[in-house]
Amino acid sequence: MPHLENTVLCRESQVSTLQSLFGERHHFSFPSIFIYGHTASGKTYVTQTLLKTLELPHVFVNCVECFTLRLLLEQILNKLNHLSSSEGEYSTQITCETFNDFVRLFKQITKAESLKDQTVYIVLDKAEYLRDMEAYLLPGFLRLQELTDRNVTVIFLSEIVWEKFRPNTGCFEPFVLYFPDYSIGNLQKILSHDHPPEYSADFYAAYINILLGVFYTVCRDLKELRHLAVLNFPKYCEPVVKGEASERDTRKLWRNIEPHLKKAMQTVYLREISSSQWEKLQKDDTDPGQLKGLSAYTHVELPYYSKFILIAAYLASYNPARTDKRFFLKHHGKIKKTNFLKKHEKITSLVTLQLLTLVGHDDQLDGPKYKCTVSLDFIRAIARTVNFDIIKYLYDFL
Amino acid sequence: MATSSVSKGCFVFKPDFKKRKISVPIEDYFNKGKNESEDSKLRFETYQLIWQQMKSETERLQEELNKNLFDSLIEFLQKSHSGFQKNSRDWGCQIKLREIPTAALVLGVNVTDHDLTFRSLTEVLQNNVTPYVVSLQAKDCPDMKHFLQKLASQLMDCNVDVQSKEKESVQVTQKKIHYSMDSLSTWYMSVTQKTDVKMPRKKRTPPSQWQSPPVVLILKDMESFTTKVLQDFIIISSQHLHEFPLILIFGIATSPVVVHRMLPHAVSSLLCIELFQSLSCKEHLTTVLDKLLLTTQFPFKLSEKVLQVLTNIFLYHDFSIQNFIKGLQLSLLEHFYSQPLSVLCCNLPEAKRRINFLSDNQCENIRRLPSFRRYVEKQASEKQVALLTNERFLKEETQSLLENLHVYHTNYFLVLRCLHQFTSSLPKYPLGRQIRELYCTCLEKNIRDSEEYASALQLLRMLAKDELMAMLQKCFKVFKSSSEKQLGNTAKRIEEFLAQFQSLDAEAKEEEEDTSESQSKGLQKTDLYHLQKSLLEMKELRRASKRQTKFEVLREQLVSFIDSLAREYLLLPETQPLHEVLYFSAAHTLRQHLNAAPRIALHTALNNPYYYLKVSTSHLSFHFISQ
Repeated sequence: MPHLENTVLCRESQVSTLQSLFGERHHFSFPSIFIYGHTASGKTYVTQTLLKTLELPHVFVNCVECFTLRLLLEQILNKLNHLSSSEGEYSTQITCETFNDFVRLFKQITKAESLKDQTVYIVLDKAEYLRDMEAYLLPGFLRLQELTDRNVTVIFLSEIVWEKFRPNTGCFEPFVLYFPDYSIGNLQKILSHDHPPEYSADFYAAYINILLGVFYTVCRDLKELRHLAVLNFPKYCEPVVKGEASERDTRKLWRNIEPHLKKAMQTVYLREISSSQWEKLQKDDTDPGQLKGLSAYTHVELPYYSKFILIAAYLASYNPARTDKRFFLKHHGKIKKTNFLKKHEKITSLVTLQLLTLVGHDDQLDGPKYKCTVSLDFIRAIARTVNFDIIKYLYDFL
Repeated sequence: MATSSVSKGCFVFKPDFKKRKISVPIEDYFNKGKNESEDSKLRFETYQLIWQQMKSETERLQEELNKNLFDSLIEFLQKSHSGFQKNSRDWGCQIKLREIPTAALVLGVNVTDHDLTFRSLTEVLQNNVTPYVVSLQAKDCPDMKHFLQKLASQLMDCNVDVQSKEKESVQVTQKKIHYSMDSLSTWYMSVTQKTDVKMPRKKRTPPSQWQSPPVVLILKDMESFTTKVLQDFIIISSQHLHEFPLILIFGIATSPVVVHRMLPHAVSSLLCIELFQSLSCKEHLTTVLDKLLLTTQFPFKLSEKVLQVLTNIFLYHDFSIQNFIKGLQLSLLEHFYSQPLSVLCCNLPEAKRRINFLSDNQCENIRRLPSFRRYVEKQASEKQVALLTNERFLKEETQSLLENLHVYHTNYFLVLRCLHQFTSSLPKYPLGRQIRELYCTCLEKNIRDSEEYASALQLLRMLAKDELMAMLQKCFKVFKSSSEKQLGNTAKRIEEFLAQFQSLDAEAKEEEEDTSESQSKGLQKTDLYHLQKSLLEMKELRRASKRQTKFEVLREQLVSFIDSLAREYLLLPETQPLHEVLYFSAAHTLRQHLNAAPRIALHTALNNPYYYLKVSTSHLSFHFISQ
């Protein structure tokens, strides 16, 4: 498969394992395969390209999208139905509410000529979402081959290890396949692979090398790295475009790009500023320091009494109750008792702002309990605006 | 159905019966008991007229204030959508992560005002960007299912006018289907393609020069959404972005940091977030006050106490402009309801006309006004008699008094603004940073008696030349911008001051010579005591001479000029005859209505049920006894 080797890089062993598992088209394969590995370790990509290039009948479903059992089952069946019916033919929407129906309908569909005598693959991406659904669903999918008596293999893709899936009632064990993280060499190879047509591969590879040098310590996510590579590439090319340096002038290019990438790490990588803003800054050649990131705006303006309620809530949330006497008797009268006319209303509004959260049960009508969820820095900023020295009243600072 | 109740519990909603026909026209509620005569209908109409004017003014203000924000938002939406459209074969675009364009809209904690902002935002977007604008609230979306269902039903409603009637029946049945992102994107495809083929373009969607208009989703209260729903939705829609061009708008009440707090990096990396900040609500309040109260455009005025109540509610409790305006409306209504003479609270020519038609009863009301009585007492005895007995004379006098009141206000606000220019940038702001604070102090007491005023003048006496000139410049602009010709003299004075300050530069050199001269007096031989004495004298002299520099003289003049302005024009409204006609001062009533204390209300209801039931006492007591 020369084609496959060109499109799937650095995953040779996994590909060959899968290929040998799949076997010939008409062979029965392992009933369920569980593939796991970190984000962007090529699970989805490898599986998808493999199934596509081998032209195996398969259904690809992302479990995030199927937030109910019904959606999941119907999506599988409909896609399958689409596969079995010939092109252009309009098939009706299948409705399916239970797993029992699913098995029945599945058998019906796979009777079709185009699906007969070959393994049908059902790929469930983001399989960790299955755990939140009905308890019988996962064991059911694991032994779907047995239940339906058809040549079918279910492939689960997940970022979580199999041990966290295993139901305590026991189940059929799938074949577990681990996709390890890409090494820095792998990343270099993969990233260099998609070089722009107008520049040479070596030039781009040198750029990727610098990029990885800066980002590898903080980010190994291939998708993210690739995104960053594209974002910052114009800046790297700048000296070449201007004619100040040649493509082989690596040192000069490095000196130009390195501080820029470091800045990117603090801003655009953290999504403090958006990539479009970053591109604009790059184009205008302005200092990114001028643009404040999202975290720079921490200040929240609150009505006067709300500030006090929030401070009181913070104190109540973080000081043990037994210390109340100690704080509030000694500095007697330091917190002015204000008669809050709209106290309750204000508490609910603070809850909607997520500055307080309700603890305890929702149905507790009288005396609901709240907890203050703001950070110390935040409450200090608030306290400063009303001239209240909150540190003096915090147990942790004694 | 919703309740406005803040407590939890079971609420019974009776089905809406056909509204009972109100047999009494609304204006009849203005009749207070038996005193039907006093122009209640006219008062009600005047109230309605003024309120309408005020309302449209506030709406206009709101629009103006939002304009900048909306413009930049629209620009962002259009730009990011054209990015979608390019869909280019460009090398970069193919590899880059497809991020969902997201506008983080920081609106401040006054959540009650947000609805209005979002409503006008939706309207603006529908007119300028796309017909598909959907806004969701957290309480409607406890989970993904509801989220998508709401999104889908609203989205399809957006399109209702484009689709034909027959489709509608299909839609009703569709509502039972569980929506998934898949079905949404197929729906979107079908709609956009169909309209491309069939319909030339409806009038409502002018900007659909795009083949596929974006879908704008507004999350009104981003903080309240459960993180899981939000994360899942973002993950799902990012996967469908190429077929379902979504743009998100997060309504954020606190600070944009919540985006990072709610979304992990894996999710926030799917977004292309840009920040938009709306005007702070305090500034908004200032503009509202400026345009509604600190103007002669509306005759209605608030007394110091009332203004204090309203601003305190705003600053201490809720930061809500809507509530403030509601409070203002309530005071307006209360004023027209309780003050019979409020018929005259309208523009000057109309008021003069109305005076001629005042009934005897109303004339008597005028005579009973404390301010008018005080005025009468100051008049010569034969005029007093005439005022108290002759209706015609009284009416003429009232007309001229009203006119005076009008002039008083014109001058008052001009001088107030002028004074504000001088005091608003002083260190430590003795008279406040906002004009409303200054206004409150001026309404409360004679400003010249206050300590703050004295210290403000003291500070003014220490300012440098360029600061003073900047203030004078601004002041001059204030006078220039006002169309009134009342204080023309003052404007001229200010211009003169400006010119004098400017010419100071040229004379600076001469002054230096002056100072050297004074020093040449020199020391004479004396004993220690005399030496000390003469040294002290010299010190005094030097200080005195320093004060004598031309600049200082001029500055002193300027300060005393400002002082004289304040003395002459910033008089207390209570000193003006007939001020009761325009000023609403029942702060207590207002507080009772706005700061409802539940316990007191309960107490009243139990003690005195007919207070709320509005049934006559006798009838009710009979009813209770019979039980």
